[in-house]
Amino acid sequence: MAEKVLTKAASFYDVYERKSGAQDVTHYCPGCGHGVLHKLIAEAIDDFGIRDQTIFISPVGCSVFAYYYFRVGNIQVAHGRAPAVATGIKRTHPESIVISYQGDGDLAAIGGNNILQAANRGEKITVFFINNAIYGMTGGQMAPTTLIGQRTTTTPRGRTAANEGFPLKMCELISTLESPIYVERVALTDPKNTSKVRRAVRKALRNQIENKGFSFVEVLSACPSGWKMTSVQAKQWMVDNLLPQFPLGVFKDVSKELEPSERSKVVFSTENMNELLNIPSEENIRTDVPKPLTKFQNPRIILAGFGGQGILMLGLGLAQAGMQAGYHVSWIPSYGPEMRGGTANCHVILSEERIGSPTVSKPTVLVAMNLPSLEKFESQVEPGGLIIYDSSLINQSPKRKDVKVLGIPATEMADNLGNTRIANMIVLGAYIAITGIMPKDVVVDALPIFIKHKKLIPLNVQAIEKGMAFVDKNNGHA
Amino acid sequence: MSKAVGLEKAKVVIREDECKGCNLCIEACPEDVLFEQKYLNRMGYHPAGYVGEGCSGCGYCFYQCPEPGAITVYKKGYVGEEVA
Repeated sequence: MAEKVLTKAASFYDVYERKSGAQDVTHYCPGCGHGVLHKLIAEAIDDFGIRDQTIFISPVGCSVFAYYYFRVGNIQVAHGRAPAVATGIKRTHPESIVISYQGDGDLAAIGGNNILQAANRGEKITVFFINNAIYGMTGGQMAPTTLIGQRTTTTPRGRTAANEGFPLKMCELISTLESPIYVERVALTDPKNTSKVRRAVRKALRNQIENKGFSFVEVLSACPSGWKMTSVQAKQWMVDNLLPQFPLGVFKDVSKELEPSERSKVVFSTENMNELLNIPSEENIRTDVPKPLTKFQNPRIILAGFGGQGILMLGLGLAQAGMQAGYHVSWIPSYGPEMRGGTANCHVILSEERIGSPTVSKPTVLVAMNLPSLEKFESQVEPGGLIIYDSSLINQSPKRKDVKVLGIPATEMADNLGNTRIANMIVLGAYIAITGIMPKDVVVDALPIFIKHKKLIPLNVQAIEKGMAFVDKNNGHA
Repeated sequence: MSKAVGLEKAKVVIREDECKGCNLCIEACPEDVLFEQKYLNRMGYHPAGYVGEGCSGCGYCFYQCPEPGAITVYKKGYVGEEVA
């Protein structure tokens, strides 16, 4: 407090553009603790010179409008989800200072799991938890932190342990976890305690500036409106009731043992993203792949069979090869809670145009690797479409007469190659042969991208060739 | 060029229109130099006032006040323009 003047921090906006009318005052009730905590945070942001790096996450609750006040990066998030959003922001912008600001309903009730998981992961964020033992914004309902005996609109005769359980003590809970580096409870009561709040705010931010880890500051705060008393009475009520139940102090602090480190920066360049997502660079995308016959262009494909048949892998391979061939592609798996060996299916689209939705409801191609899949999807295939089925496992032909049908004993052929699981690649070979959607070498070039075990690649190539040869021999007819 | 002279005495300035009349500053003031005005401000609150003498510049009122801009405290020796 060396400054010779104490006044509105520069990290507050000059004008709060929330409503017309009084745009120089907050929306908080007289005597509310939010304003004081806001001031202490804004002052620290000023003093540390981090305004241009700070991202402040407003919760749901009275402080939902904090973004109208803080002259920093702001985002307002769904109820209780501030730690999850903070995680995402911090991980993608590790150089920034991320503040999650939450009330007791937001943090300890609906967001209870969010905060525990973020704390347990040791996200390098700063959490300010303002606890006033009540739901203020919605008119004074019981919060997880409401005291035993405290009257609220939902506990009109006072909270009882038998009916509503005991107040949740977040500092105590969080300090049992291994990852958090600093956990302290402070209280906005008298000037002495307020100066401890100020110190805690600064320490929690300093920890993040020094890239040390997860800091959590619980700030006991008055809600005169929710408690139905004057501001001055509310301060006394805190001392008499809140403090005995929520002891102040440092619950955990290992920040001194940690060395400060540089906050790194993540670069989201196209090259980095392509590498991360296995997307071929432009020069590796073929532009010379001839178009197939009209009826096979822009296929919408459903691939279905037993789990374990490599259905999802087949779809991935098709999409990957399609991407190399210059198509827009999508692949989306669809499976429910199934036993091992249950059914699996995926949707694949190869398109000359951008793809709006990756789900396929009316496929132009169905690949059915078992009978339940054929029975389930046969009727959905577009007239004029194509059905490929594994005739070694499906002993009945499709009933549709308005589609092209290819039965291929893929599983049997795979067995002959010495590996039952290669049936999927035999089907892939058959598909490219029958449709001419892309030449073999495009698929072969794509194999190393989606096959982890490189020694299996020759076998896969062999399987694709077998599938193609089968189609040539049978002229597309089973 | 005139030499800047610091404030001889600390003082507190209250922006009455930003005051919500919670009285926390009045309670906190160790010098007992803040009081509640008899009149109402634009929001219908009795704003806090300063008796005009006796401020020690401790800043207790500033850190008790929930409004970002309602109170400014100038400490003894402050040099410069009034900011509020």
